[in-house]
Amino acid sequence: MNLTVNGSPQEFGGDPNMPLLWYVRDVLGLTGSKFACGTGLCGSCTVHVGGEAVRACVTPVSAAEGMEVTTIEGLDAEGNHPVQRAWRAHNVPQCGYCQSGQIMQAAALLSQNPDPSDQEILDGMSGNICRCGTYQRIFAAVKTAAKEV
Amino acid sequence: MTMLTNLSRRTVLKGIAGTGGFVIGARIGADQLLGLPANAAEGKLDANLFVAVDGDGSVTITCARSEMGQGVRTSLPMIIADEMEADWARCSVVQADAEQKWNDFGQELDTDGSRSVRRDINHLRAAGAGARKMLEMAAAEMWGVPAEECVAQNHRVSHAPSGRSADFGELVATASGLEAPDPATVQVKDRSDWKYIANESAYTPDAYVDLVDMTTGKGTFGADTMLDGMKTAVVARSPVYRGKVESYDDSAAMAITGVRGTVELPMPELPIAFKQLGGVAVIADNTWAALEGRKALQVQWSDSENSALDSPSYDAALRKAAAEPGTTIRERGSYELARDKASAQEFTREYFVPFFIHTPMEPPAAVANYQDGKVEIWAASQHPMAVRDTIAEVLGIEKENVLVHITLLGGGFGRKSKADYAVEAAYLSREVGAPVRLVWTREDEVQNGYYHAASAQSISAVIDAGRVSGWRHGVAFPSILGLWVPEQKIGFNIEHGLGLIDMPYNSIENIRIENGDANLHTRIGWYRSVNNIQHSFAINSFANELAHEIGRDPVEFQLELIGEPAIIDLTKEGVEDYWNYGDPIEDYPIDTGRLAAVLRKARDVSGYGKSLPKGHGLGLAVHRSFLSYIAQAVRVQVADDGNYTVTRVDTVLDCGLGANPERIRAQCEGAAVYGNTIARFGQITYGQGAVNESNFHDYPVSRIDDSPLNVHLHRIENDHIPSGVGEPMVPPFAPALANAIFDATGKRIRNLPIRPEDIAAG
Repeated sequence: MNLTVNGSPQEFGGDPNMPLLWYVRDVLGLTGSKFACGTGLCGSCTVHVGGEAVRACVTPVSAAEGMEVTTIEGLDAEGNHPVQRAWRAHNVPQCGYCQSGQIMQAAALLSQNPDPSDQEILDGMSGNICRCGTYQRIFAAVKTAAKEV
Repeated sequence: MTMLTNLSRRTVLKGIAGTGGFVIGARIGADQLLGLPANAAEGKLDANLFVAVDGDGSVTITCARSEMGQGVRTSLPMIIADEMEADWARCSVVQADAEQKWNDFGQELDTDGSRSVRRDINHLRAAGAGARKMLEMAAAEMWGVPAEECVAQNHRVSHAPSGRSADFGELVATASGLEAPDPATVQVKDRSDWKYIANESAYTPDAYVDLVDMTTGKGTFGADTMLDGMKTAVVARSPVYRGKVESYDDSAAMAITGVRGTVELPMPELPIAFKQLGGVAVIADNTWAALEGRKALQVQWSDSENSALDSPSYDAALRKAAAEPGTTIRERGSYELARDKASAQEFTREYFVPFFIHTPMEPPAAVANYQDGKVEIWAASQHPMAVRDTIAEVLGIEKENVLVHITLLGGGFGRKSKADYAVEAAYLSREVGAPVRLVWTREDEVQNGYYHAASAQSISAVIDAGRVSGWRHGVAFPSILGLWVPEQKIGFNIEHGLGLIDMPYNSIENIRIENGDANLHTRIGWYRSVNNIQHSFAINSFANELAHEIGRDPVEFQLELIGEPAIIDLTKEGVEDYWNYGDPIEDYPIDTGRLAAVLRKARDVSGYGKSLPKGHGLGLAVHRSFLSYIAQAVRVQVADDGNYTVTRVDTVLDCGLGANPERIRAQCEGAAVYGNTIARFGQITYGQGAVNESNFHDYPVSRIDDSPLNVHLHRIENDHIPSGVGEPMVPPFAPALANAIFDATGKRIRNLPIRPEDIAAG
């Protein structure tokens, strides 16, 4: 099967049921997408498939056939997507582990809704867990990024 | 004293400084070396902390504590840079490996106990100041002028009388040939001269060494190290602690594409300490194949002495043990005499806090490579030396043959102080003959962890003439010491010293604190702020309840219990081994004045005493832990169905000197969310010896839509030396929330977690 990851065409002949997370991490070596629950409950593995945020840990690679997949490594060539810049401006990360997924979720949220209300931010980000508890800054950073996208 | 040595010509530092660079080493934590001249035994007395300056002036600083979200890889090296007068923009950081020299000098790498800044700051300052002095000495030699006329500032050394100045990089050739200065002659800066330390404006986003990596997916965490030929392993472990592999059938597992084999991991003899649990590992080409293989694996587990562990009966036994007489661990006056007075009334309440598990976002993970009797490991570990030592013990090799590299941790909270997963990785690499990436799933982490101890508490107060004349606090919980002493029935001095025997209500004349017996049926471990969680919950809740019972204002009443400013001397009350978080009581006394001050400030900044709309409440709690003093004021809004929202948190923190005020603020915000998880959700239960919960659906944690997002830090400014930050802002949260819910609804909370249905039940 064929798919595109971060702009590069890829061919994969392995198990089509392999979750996209393990494909990008173990096969392609893109370790920015993280494993934390394996059941779509925490959002650490969030990537974009066809521009939509998906939980890569429960999305079979076959679901991405013929699609454009974007991981944190491909969100912006320079790492300067407005969401990434806002994340740095607010110094959001603590341990940093969940932040790839948080950023990918926020980027997808803002691409679909560039001017979210407070409640829409809470709803849009509530699938992503951060155990360090950086939510106050995530909330602020999404608002900052919303002004730039 | 911090010993300094010039290591520029040594080969041990290859890769840290380029050729011709200048490297100063400081031996920190070196009490046994006091009085030795700095270079006394070059070659024998190795250094353990390095500051390297390269010919282009770039500075490299080692960080010897693990990064788990507290910002330590920025905060600690910036202390050195400040004292050194280095420009932080020209500094970079390398992570220390676990090596023998750290142990030799008594320096811990263990990142735990909220102690990195308070334990290291003096050594780091001395190391930085020593490097600065050597650069000044080098300039003096180059220019033939007195060293005391040469002054380092902002990455240059200047000589005012001659108008000469040189960049640090121009001085390294000369500096590398100098004797390191006698530490007694090294002057650290005056506090007023600090540019970075304690200066919030210095900690801009650009200052953080890992921030770009963390926002671009480039950070390397426990499972991210990639080695050629690496296999991935997951382990099937007994659902019941100490269940043995009776037999297993791997034929279905081996049929899965990518599965390369299975390996039985032996169950070690007790004590378990940080050794592996044992089980059956599935080795595969990738994580997916390993997980699928484990699903297909058939393992027959034996029962064990822990198969009967069942939460309802276990919890009931804890409650009984807390209420009944136990081992007295602190005694002041006579509780019975106070109670038995004709005018006295006794008031008793019971509290319960369940088992928790850490759930750091990255479950335990490590990559190990065993070759020719040596192990190299890349581990997400809070405790590098425990990784080294436990691997050496289990594999039967010399400690010197284990090299431990530390990755970013992906959260720790105490889970990653234990080395079991790293041991699994090393053991499997040896058996497989290839590098092994060992991965725990969330289910593994929730069901086979080191649990925060469930605890029952019973507190009684004697009220006599409107005052509290007696206080009896009974506790029962399984002890962490059981990791090393399996027959342990009560807690030990460290657990007792986590907000229990150091209970601060100093105005009470008769106090008895007792610890009842509890059996051990699982691994107990420390968890962010540890037993302070339950002790703070019970003591603050009880004080609030008592105040309402006798018609007093809760905050005024709690201040009265704390009493006049005083230093509590526990040795006068039968406590011989109060540990004081491992630091001298002379440096960090139990100071009721500081405790009362944070409570008063929380009252004042929170709007306490003003009337609130229906369904709204405000609750306060105050607690000393990790040598810091914290009061929290939590505002809550409770709906008719019992659902509640924390609308504001004010945290008052007295941690003395704060090295990095910006990360202290971040810790404050995070601690409120962590406390919210504890108060609202945290609960591990057992049935037939096994953990019932498995993942975030049945072991929920705070999400953005149920978390406090309006958290405010108020620091007490004073001249006290630094104390803990990472943990101590957690324990006051749950009781402050419970007191706020009482304020809003009249519903008293005595058990965690606080469920909406329990509030609604009235």
